[in-house]
Amino acid sequence: MKQMLRICAFAGTLAIAPAVADEDTLFADLGGQKGIDRIVEKSVDNYLADPRIGAIFDESNIERIRAQLKDHFCMVAGGPCKYAGHSMSDAHRGLHLTNANFNALVEDLQSAMDFLGVPFITQNRLLARLAPMQHDVVTR
Amino acid sequence: MRSTLFGLPLAAGLLFCAPVFAQDAPQPSLWRRGADLFDQGKLLATGGVSQVEGAGGGGLANWALISGYGTDNGIGLNGHYTYVGLPDYHLHTMGVAVGLFDRLELSYAWQEFNTRSVGAALGLGQGYTFHQNIFGAKLKLVGDIVYDQDSWMPQISIGLQHKENDRGAVIAFVGGKGSVGTDFYLAASKLFLAQSVLANVTLRETKANQFGILGFGGDKYDDYSTQVETSLAYLFSKDFALGAEFRTKPSNLSIAKEQNGWDIFAAYFLNKNLSLTAAYVDLGNIVIRNHQRGAYVSLQAGL
Repeated sequence: MKQMLRICAFAGTLAIAPAVADEDTLFADLGGQKGIDRIVEKSVDNYLADPRIGAIFDESNIERIRAQLKDHFCMVAGGPCKYAGHSMSDAHRGLHLTNANFNALVEDLQSAMDFLGVPFITQNRLLARLAPMQHDVVTR
Repeated sequence: MRSTLFGLPLAAGLLFCAPVFAQDAPQPSLWRRGADLFDQGKLLATGGVSQVEGAGGGGLANWALISGYGTDNGIGLNGHYTYVGLPDYHLHTMGVAVGLFDRLELSYAWQEFNTRSVGAALGLGQGYTFHQNIFGAKLKLVGDIVYDQDSWMPQISIGLQHKENDRGAVIAFVGGKGSVGTDFYLAASKLFLAQSVLANVTLRETKANQFGILGFGGDKYDDYSTQVETSLAYLFSKDFALGAEFRTKPSNLSIAKEQNGWDIFAAYFLNKNLSLTAAYVDLGNIVIRNHQRGAYVSLQAGL
């Protein structure tokens, strides 16, 4: 029992400690707007080159998507911008995206951040805020 | 003759329908659609590895996630081999698991437990082995380990592991009450993605002695008891995790006091087809030998 309590205390400490430290520094930790712009540029390049999802963007205005993603990521990261685009569910309505599509977007974003040298732990803080959007984005 | 009579109309029917199929030429072939089911659409490491009894999990502990990389539109299939080397025993496990639509996991594992010189000491013979077949099923109930980052909801699954041991006579001799048993469990797994931490708690109803290797139920206690499996892992990168696990076990036999197990593990995911797990594991006393601590290595390969 004592051993179990110790393990639980250890688990609790691990789970809580980083959460306390996460006083919205994410925008800064991603390199501010400049860093986010680079992440978006590289991610969108990856999306278009990805055989799994590239075709989804065939009918899209790519420059508009880049601009809106920059605003959106900035807002999600706690930065000083307003995302004025469509809601997540509106923006992806009719695309019939699957979880495999959503995860491909995540993997391309991860490899963009790897490419730009964003630390794994910082990547995960951003991904944690984007992950719940699966509920609105994936419809199939 | 009879089959020909039934077969002819069927063949005629197929011929008749063939032009209809031909018109749908852009439709991918059945083979193509079958192959597409193995979509490998889940994120790396979110299929877990193969735990010691063949289910998707860690090493000693079972997790709530569904094994493999199939999404809710796909199937994941994998096989694994695990070796546990202890001072006085060793264990080989081989198994296969299939994850269906990220909802249902079916698994089979075969275990061989070698008693080495303990077998001789007990009069069973040097290198006497116990074998066990484990049939598992796991159903994901609610929650999603990746997407539910905006709530405290873990991924929760229920499951069972049906175990059949081939050494009924020896099990009876040491006080075990049966060579067949079924474990039932409830597992909860939560990924704290912003913290890069994965936590799991599983409650298992079991009568198994040493995972079932020494049978089920005993002269000291012959009923189900609730046991706990916990694990905590830290993700260092997309493909590498370090963690610790703790698993309680019942002590049903009066010939030996069965102790709880724990391990410290490292899991490396080369890609979605191959992962390697290495651990230091401590299973405590096993029959007449104390301090059974040693190496655990596991390889999983899948589609």
